[in-house]
Amino acid sequence: MSVHKNINQILPNDLHVTKTKLVLKNFKDFLKKLKKHPSALIGAILLIIYVTISIFAPFIALHDPKKTNLNIKMKPAVWNGGEWTYPFGTDQLGRDIFSRIIYGARVSLLVGFITVMISIIIGTFLGCIAGYYMGRLDAYVSRFADLLLAFPFLIFSIGAMAMLGPGFWNLIFALSFKSWVEFFRLVRGEVLAEKTKEYVEAAKVLGMKDIQIIVSEILPNIVHSILVLGTLRIGYLIIMEASLSYLGLGIPPSIPAWGSMIEGGRDYMFNAHWISTYPGVVLVILVLAINMFGEGLRDILDPRLKLE
Amino acid sequence: MDEENRNKPLVNIKNLKKHFIKKPSFLGKTLLKQKKTVLKAVDGVDLDIHQGETIGLVGESGCGKTTFGRTIVNLYKPTSGNITYKGINIRDIKEENMKTFRQAVQIIFQNPYSSLNPRKTVGDILSVPLKNRGITDKTEREVKIGKLLNRVGLAPRHISSYPHQFSGGQRQRIGIARALAVQPEFIVADEPVSALDVSVQAQIINLLQELQEEYNLTYLFIAHDLSVIHYVSDRVAVMYLGKVVEIAETNELFNNSLHPYTKALLSAIPTVDRKKRQDRIILEGTVPTPVDIPSGCRFKTRCFMKKDKICDVEEPKFIDIGNGHKVACHLYR
Repeated sequence: MSVHKNINQILPNDLHVTKTKLVLKNFKDFLKKLKKHPSALIGAILLIIYVTISIFAPFIALHDPKKTNLNIKMKPAVWNGGEWTYPFGTDQLGRDIFSRIIYGARVSLLVGFITVMISIIIGTFLGCIAGYYMGRLDAYVSRFADLLLAFPFLIFSIGAMAMLGPGFWNLIFALSFKSWVEFFRLVRGEVLAEKTKEYVEAAKVLGMKDIQIIVSEILPNIVHSILVLGTLRIGYLIIMEASLSYLGLGIPPSIPAWGSMIEGGRDYMFNAHWISTYPGVVLVILVLAINMFGEGLRDILDPRLKLE
Repeated sequence: MDEENRNKPLVNIKNLKKHFIKKPSFLGKTLLKQKKTVLKAVDGVDLDIHQGETIGLVGESGCGKTTFGRTIVNLYKPTSGNITYKGINIRDIKEENMKTFRQAVQIIFQNPYSSLNPRKTVGDILSVPLKNRGITDKTEREVKIGKLLNRVGLAPRHISSYPHQFSGGQRQRIGIARALAVQPEFIVADEPVSALDVSVQAQIINLLQELQEEYNLTYLFIAHDLSVIHYVSDRVAVMYLGKVVEIAETNELFNNSLHPYTKALLSAIPTVDRKKRQDRIILEGTVPTPVDIPSGCRFKTRCFMKKDKICDVEEPKFIDIGNGHKVACHLYR
């Protein structure tokens, strides 16, 4: 009891309360800054729309995205003179393009998100160890990373997918196999810079273990950079997924994906452009939104860039 | 404390060396014929530090002061030589006992802006040493942090603030509180005030002296500001190119310096006395690189009192010329 009395004398308010308040305050600050950054705000809103649509796809889609009906094939979109039943028209097999785009958003977002998550985990883990301990492991992993970087991403994934065969998880494996390198290099560099700072040395002198130093001292200082790179990479990976699907090497044709939809309309480009156009437009807007948000995130999270 | 213990140094440093070795890469070795370079940052330092005293360590930049301080707190592993703390060689301390040593020996850093983790609150920063001391109860820790903050002249309400919300002097106070939190006996203060402005310097120095009296602390005070050193130190050691060239009690050193380098250093203290200013010794050239230390006396390239051939050939021994005044110079054989 006396301890509690003491603490009331010393501390004006309870630490736990201030901590939760602090998190809330940080989040509010973040929103405030986001509002001052129009392109980031637009990106964020568009992203939220995309995510919501893909989560509630079964409720939003007007038709079964896989159901073919040759009687209604290649119907134009509403503003090309079509009907509201098929707002974006139908494709060469009579499938509703609008519904397929909505289901396709799931694939794109999932591939992008899961691949980035896997890459962040692998890249951060290896980057921390290589950057903190240096030595032989660092040399080996860094050379392997250089080797992977020497391959163009698309060529590499085409080769990998040709070996593995199309499939959702195969695609994620093939993309993750190369995309962790970016995170590895980022984290390694940041750890190298952070570990020479005196607060890390102070932690050592206080007797903290290496793992504690990495996780609780260094990582919080570099998590922002990882977050920004991660966001920007999602957009890039979505394009990779679409490119591979376009080549018939990504998502199997049974699952609606934007890349394979664009490819499906290639032969009808002159009489039914909408089969390819709308998935393409939707893809461009999504990647643009992600990039706008990612770059805004970088400005917001970087304390050196004060937003006016 | 009995008489025998009083004479035993708290820290005894014998022939301590810290060399940084840079090996060329495989390609550099085969194609460019690069050779291994050895940077001798600390090159054979002998020093006894007694309980409760403040030893000032001066020297120009690049002379190895900071490396020396960091080697003592075991941030760097010494290349050779021995550091004994309370009669125990640091090399012999096993991993499980290292914690005790870590708690007894602390360091205060020069740059208060990089020595505090910018993502942690003051409470988080000070919790770490307390946890290491075995205080697991959160409320108890908070009370202790409050007291610590009070002691170093901050308010307990600062517990949930982040480092960037403080000024340089306040940050240095937090750094001091962190070092104090483990109840150390020996603190290496690595230029603790050189990044601060003069009025704040005085506050921090006074705080350090108060704490010394209160907790019977021993300091190794590294600085390049001679007036600060004069004010805080009981004894002063002068370092040149990785080696201590002269050590004496503060007044003795400032009034009766023997080594030519010390003389030059002391004559560089700014003064308003015109006559003294004319007497200023200006050293020629720059410090030789610690990668390629001159043979014989390491100060010979800049020495204005260099006498005979012996300076080129033989490295002077570090000898006691009475009253604990030691100097490494051939002039005082």
